[in-house]
Amino acid sequence: MSAAPLLSLRGVFKRFRGLAAVTDVSFDIPRGAIVALIGPNGAGKTTVFNLIAGMLRPDAGEIALEGASLVGKRADVICKSGIGRTFQIVRPFNGMTVEENVMVGALARTSDIATARRHALELLELLELGDRRLAAVQSITLPDRKRLEVARALATRPKLLLLDEVMAGLRPTEIDRMLGVFRRLNATTGVTILLIEHVMRAVMALSQHIIVLHHGEVIATGSPEEVKKHRAVLDSYLGEEAL
Amino acid sequence: MMGSPYSLPRRAKAALAIIAAVLVLAPLVTNNYIISVLTMSLYYAYVGQAWNIMFGFAGLLSLGHALFIGIGSYASAALFVHFGIGPWAGIFLAVPLAVAVGCFIGFLGFRFAISGVYFALLTIAFAEFTRIIFDHVAWLGATEGLFLPVSSRTRIDLPNLRGPSEMFYYVILTLTFLALGICRWLMNSKLGYCWRAIRDDPEAAAATGVDVFWCRMAAVAVSCAASGVAGVWYAFYYNNLFPEIAFDIGKSVELTFAPIVGGVGSLCGPIVGAFLLYPLGELITGATQGLGIEGIKQFGWGIAVVSIVLLRPSGVWPWLAQILLPDRRCHAAAP
Repeated sequence: MSAAPLLSLRGVFKRFRGLAAVTDVSFDIPRGAIVALIGPNGAGKTTVFNLIAGMLRPDAGEIALEGASLVGKRADVICKSGIGRTFQIVRPFNGMTVEENVMVGALARTSDIATARRHALELLELLELGDRRLAAVQSITLPDRKRLEVARALATRPKLLLLDEVMAGLRPTEIDRMLGVFRRLNATTGVTILLIEHVMRAVMALSQHIIVLHHGEVIATGSPEEVKKHRAVLDSYLGEEAL
Repeated sequence: MMGSPYSLPRRAKAALAIIAAVLVLAPLVTNNYIISVLTMSLYYAYVGQAWNIMFGFAGLLSLGHALFIGIGSYASAALFVHFGIGPWAGIFLAVPLAVAVGCFIGFLGFRFAISGVYFALLTIAFAEFTRIIFDHVAWLGATEGLFLPVSSRTRIDLPNLRGPSEMFYYVILTLTFLALGICRWLMNSKLGYCWRAIRDDPEAAAATGVDVFWCRMAAVAVSCAASGVAGVWYAFYYNNLFPEIAFDIGKSVELTFAPIVGGVGSLCGPIVGAFLLYPLGELITGATQGLGIEGIKQFGWGIAVVSIVLLRPSGVWPWLAQILLPDRRCHAAAP
């Protein structure tokens, strides 16, 4: 890992009443990398996302983007400082069209409606939603809504994109198309990606670095090859058959 | 043209021009009674639009909107009665006062995360205790009421908004179209997109870079400013103000009917709703007058409103727009 990281977490804690959701989590995300955050259900992955994106405030610890602390900042301020996110359970704006959903994201960077619409259209084309752009959100399929979440997050022009299980429920061919999109994005725009994912094929194919979370703690980090052989990861999450 | 659902196709513009022409020429061919019905329809269309900015656009339910109208009424009336200051100058006190009170309620609500029906309760509470305070302010007439002097009902004195009913008709007609234009402009602006995003999902909106607090305050400010103007017009049209009427909760609820029946969140909904409901009330009054049964009008009107809402739960206008403008590809939001 080189130079200053884009995102860094240092000793981050979060408790929900008696439950320790995140315990002493520290990691760095290098600029331009694709990093996966994996772990069994309830490991605290989405909580980590919510802490980074400002939907939750850590009880202790430091979260910084390019060295500037994000702790205590509002979600919209964090978005504007360069972090775009998707939601595990899709949360589109239901009273708006596909295109308008993405335009809201684009309007984080411009006040001009025409510019926002152009930018939204480019992203919809990129995510293969161009022909659905005038559709009401309720009328599109779940995989399309997942892609819409990605387009809306990308429209805010993030430096860091947080993807929360965007491959879940997709067919293998659709996963391959999504992988292609993220690789292209990463290569052309240099956007850093942190993804939560259960689809191991996607994780192994896409990420250069993996962070494994279990009971709110980081139990392993390393390259996909290293993580796959890690004893604790095999015991708690992947299982012996992954070998 | 494609694009925003808030842009009107040519046919809709033509229809709007015809309706505008009919309304402008109406006083020349109709009697005073029709004028008064049209005037009140326009009044409810206007305040319905003001209320719709908060609830329909930004998802903030106010059930105390009579408060902002009442503040506008009392501010302009007090200036006129006590200092002889006319309503056009009075607007500059009425509107900032209504906006200030609205923003105070908004600040309390949004800062302390009081949302949904609890926010609505907050608006009711403020309207109620304002009514009780005004009951005891002798300078504003207290329970005895505040009366505006009427010198002549035939001479048009526009600077002091004194004159015949036609004058009031044209003023509220202008206000209604002005409000429509402003709402259309707002909904095609960044603020309008942010409002709709907040209405649908405030947390997702924030995650997408929308400053939820500021946008909600903006919705409150615009809505209260428009309501304050309505209050000024109302005071000079009726010439008398009583706290138990001006700040009555029934009044706050009544003004939500037109936008709800017409179509919450749509541009034309409040206008369509008002022109449906107010004349309908008058028709029922006319039809039931001879029967001498107390409350029969309210009963008939209530059944009519419930039937409309049951048949067209998302409003009359979105349904009507679909019939009138079938080439629209998107009906997620009717204009």
